[in-house]
Amino acid sequence: MAAHAHPVVHEAPKGFIRKYIFSTDHKIIGIQYYLLALVSVFIGIILSLLMRLHLIAPTIDLPWFGQMTPEQYLALMTMHGTIMVFFVLTTAPQSGFGNYFLPIQIGAPDMAFPRLNMLSFWVTFAALIVMLAAFFVAGGPGGVAGGAPISGWTAYTPLSAIGPIAGPGLGMGQTLWILSLALFAGASLMGALNFITTTLDLRTKGMSLMRMPLTVWAWFVTAILALLGFAVLLGAGILLLLDRTAGTSFFVPAGLVVTDTQIPHKGGSPLLWQHLFWFFGHPEVYIAILPGMGVTSHILSTFSRKPIFGYRAMVYAIFAIALLGLSVWGHHMFVSGMSPYSALAFSLLTMSIGVPSAIKTFNWIGTLWGGQIRLTTAMLFAIGFVSLFVTGGLSGLFLAQPTVDLPLHDTYFVVGHFHMIMGVAAIFGIFAATYFWFPKMFGRFLNERIGKIHFWITFIGVYAIFMPMHFIGIFGHPRRYADTTAVQFLAQLDPVHTFMTVAAFITGAAQLLFLFNFFWGLWKGEKASDINPWKATSLEWTVPSPPPHDNFQGRFPTVYRGPYEYSVPGAAEDYTPQTAPDTGQPASRH
Amino acid sequence: MTTKQAGVGSGLAAAALAFLLILITFSTIYIFVKRIWWFPEAITPLGADVDAQFVRTLVITGIVFFLAQLGLGFAIVRYRDRGRRAVYSHGNNKLEILWTTATAIMFLGLGIAAERAWARFHFQGASPGALQIEVVGQQFQWNFRYPGPDGVFGRTDPALINDGAGNFLGLDTSDPAAQDDLVVPQLAIPVNREVELILRAKDVTHSFFVRELRFKQDTVPGLTVRVHFTATKTGKYEIACAELCGLGHHRMRSDLFVLPPDEYENWLRQQAETE
Repeated sequence: MAAHAHPVVHEAPKGFIRKYIFSTDHKIIGIQYYLLALVSVFIGIILSLLMRLHLIAPTIDLPWFGQMTPEQYLALMTMHGTIMVFFVLTTAPQSGFGNYFLPIQIGAPDMAFPRLNMLSFWVTFAALIVMLAAFFVAGGPGGVAGGAPISGWTAYTPLSAIGPIAGPGLGMGQTLWILSLALFAGASLMGALNFITTTLDLRTKGMSLMRMPLTVWAWFVTAILALLGFAVLLGAGILLLLDRTAGTSFFVPAGLVVTDTQIPHKGGSPLLWQHLFWFFGHPEVYIAILPGMGVTSHILSTFSRKPIFGYRAMVYAIFAIALLGLSVWGHHMFVSGMSPYSALAFSLLTMSIGVPSAIKTFNWIGTLWGGQIRLTTAMLFAIGFVSLFVTGGLSGLFLAQPTVDLPLHDTYFVVGHFHMIMGVAAIFGIFAATYFWFPKMFGRFLNERIGKIHFWITFIGVYAIFMPMHFIGIFGHPRRYADTTAVQFLAQLDPVHTFMTVAAFITGAAQLLFLFNFFWGLWKGEKASDINPWKATSLEWTVPSPPPHDNFQGRFPTVYRGPYEYSVPGAAEDYTPQTAPDTGQPASRH
Repeated sequence: MTTKQAGVGSGLAAAALAFLLILITFSTIYIFVKRIWWFPEAITPLGADVDAQFVRTLVITGIVFFLAQLGLGFAIVRYRDRGRRAVYSHGNNKLEILWTTATAIMFLGLGIAAERAWARFHFQGASPGALQIEVVGQQFQWNFRYPGPDGVFGRTDPALINDGAGNFLGLDTSDPAAQDDLVVPQLAIPVNREVELILRAKDVTHSFFVRELRFKQDTVPGLTVRVHFTATKTGKYEIACAELCGLGHHRMRSDLFVLPPDEYENWLRQQAETE
C-alpha cells in the first residue's frame, strides 16, 4: 500500500456498541478473540482438573454433582480436547494476536476485509455458545458433564455417527458438537482469507516479503493451512451431520449391530472419516504451533539484542513444515486398518518434518548465541517454548515410525507428546506474546514479578504433568481410560497418576496468578509511557500504546530494512527500527 | 519498565533456568536409562524388532535432546546481559547446511530402518499352516472364534446376532461348517506356532492391544484386517482395548493365554465341552 499524499485519518466509530462489540477494528476483534480464548482456556483447565481428580479418586463426591461416572469422564475429556484445540489453541495465537498485530507489523490500517473480520469473530462466538450448549441438553451422561458427547475430539465414526444407541451424549450433544465445529470451520475460512489477502495486498512501502517479521510469516502460512484444512473439516462435518440426520451412509458400513439392534446404514467407511478428519487434524497441529514459533523468534531476537539467526532459513522452514504438514495425516492411522503400504510414505514424510523443526530449534539457539540476553517474563516463556518444542518434537519421531507406533499408538505416550508440543508449547507462545505485547495493546505493563513466578511454576509444572505420561505410555497405559482399575497391569501406575494430578492442580492454580495479573494490569498496571519499552524494531513499536483507530493516523510508514536489526555496528542504539531511513545515520528513538 | 530493570537479576534467573534445563534433561535420561517404566518383556520376534528400533530412536533423539536443552541452558548463562553489545550476525550458511544435512540423514535413516520390521509384520501374509482365529470387538467385550476341527469358519449373518441368547457373532447354525465353531471370551494360542488373527468389529471401532505382543490393531466395522505373529513364551497376558469405543472402553479387557501345545489342545476341548 502506498502512503497517502496527505494523511487521511479514519476516526473510530462513536458509540460503545460499534466501537467495542460489533467492531470492525482489527485490534478490537483481536482482543475479542483473545478474551474468548481466555474464557475457554479456564473452562478447559477446570475440565482437565476434574478428569485428573477422577483418575486418582474415582469415588469422590463432587460438590453438587456427586460421584463422576466413566461416561461423564469421557464427556469432560471430549469437551476439554475440543475447547482447547479450537477455542484456545486456534483462536488466541492466530485470530487473537494475528488480528491485532499483523496489520500493524506490515504497516496497514486494518485487515483487508474489516466486516468479514467482524463476521468471523461473531461466528466463532456462536460456535462457542453452541459447543457449550451441549453441556445443557438432554440425553447425555448427566452430572458435571450434562449432555456432552463422549466420542473424543476426533469423533471417530461409527461411534459419533449412529446416535444415542452408541452411548450417552451421542444424540443431541454430538449434533451440537458437529454444528459448532462447522461454524468454527466457516469462521476460520473467512479469517484465513482475510489474513492471506491482507499480507499480500496491504504491506506498506518498503515492506517486501523478506522484510516481514517472522510473526507475520507464521500467521500468513498458518492462514494458508487453515484455508486448506478447515475447508475439509467443514465438508466432513456436513457429511457426518447428514449421516446422523438424513439417513446417508458416508461413514457407516452395512451390517452394524449395537446391543442387538441392527443399524440401518450401508456402504459407508469409518476410515473415510479418519482420512478427512486428519487431513484437517494434522495441519491443525501446525495451525496451533506456527504462530508460537513466529512469536518465539520475534521475542528471542528482541531480548537477545541480536538479529534472528538465519532469517531466510526460518522462512523456508515455516513453509517446509506447512507443506509437509499437509501430507502426513496418515501417521495418525498406522494401526487403523489403512493400507500398510501407504504407511511407508506417511512415515518418511513425517520424519522429514523433523528437519525444518530442527532448523528452527538450532536457529533459535543460534540467535541466543553471542547475544545480551534479557530475561523478561516474555523472554522466559519464549525460552520455555523452545525447550518444550524440542521435547515434544522429539517424541513425535517415535510416533512417526509405524514400527514404533505399534505399541505406543493410543497410549499416554501420545497424550504426553501432543500436550507438550501442541498444548503447552503453543500456550507458552501465547503467554510470551501476552507479556510482550500487553503494554502495546493496553498501554500498561503486566507485573513482571508475578509474571516470573507464573513462569517458574508453569514451566516446572508442565514438565511434571506431561513428562510422566510418556513413561506410562511406554509401559502400555492406553489413553482415554476413565478408570484404571479394570485393566490389571495399570494398578502399579497409580503413584504416577497421583503425582501428575498433584502437579496439575499446582500448575492450574498458578494460572490464577496470570488471570489476576491480566486484570490488575488492565486497570492498575504500570503505565507504558514509552511507546517502545523493549527497544524493539518492528512497526508496532512506532505507534502509540494502544494504537489509534487506523494504526498510523494516515501517515503510513516507509520501511527501509529487515525486522531484526539489533546491535548494528556503528549505530548509536543497539536497535535500528525498520522505519529508520537508510542513511547510515544512528537510529532515532522511534 | 526499563531495560535496566528487565536485566535485574538476570544472572540468578539465568543460572536457575539453566539448572532447571539440566535437571529436566538428566532426570529424563536417567529414567530412560534405568528403565523405571518400560515395556514388559516381548514375546514375539516382532516385539524384539520393535524394541530394537525403539532403542535406536531413543539414542538418536536422546542425543538431540541433550544437545538442544543443554545448548539452550548454556547460551542463557553464557550470553546473559552484561551491558555490552551483542554480536551482530545474521547467521551462518555453513552451519545451516551442516545441521540440515545431519538431521535429515539421522531422521530419515531412522525412518528407513524402521520399515523392515513393519514390512515383515504387514507385507507378508501368514504362512499356510498358521492357526487362524477370528477376533471380533463389540461394546464392551472381546469375542474369539476358533474354526473347530473342520478348520473352516462357518457362515455368520448380522441379522442372526443375539447377545441375549449368546450368539454374539450371528453364527448361522444351518451351515454345517458353523456347527463346530467355538466362540469364547478369552484367547488361547499354542506357543511357538504362527497365529493369524482375523480382526473385525460389530458396532464401533475398537483396538486389539497386547503389550507383550508389541502391537495393536484397530478392529473396524466393515473391514477385515489380518495380522500374524508367533508367540515364543508361555504365560498369561492382558488384552486391552486401545480405541475409544464408548462408556465402557476402560473395562473392555480379556486375557491371552500362550500355552504349551498339549495344554492348548486341552483348553480347546474344555471350551468346546462347556459350550
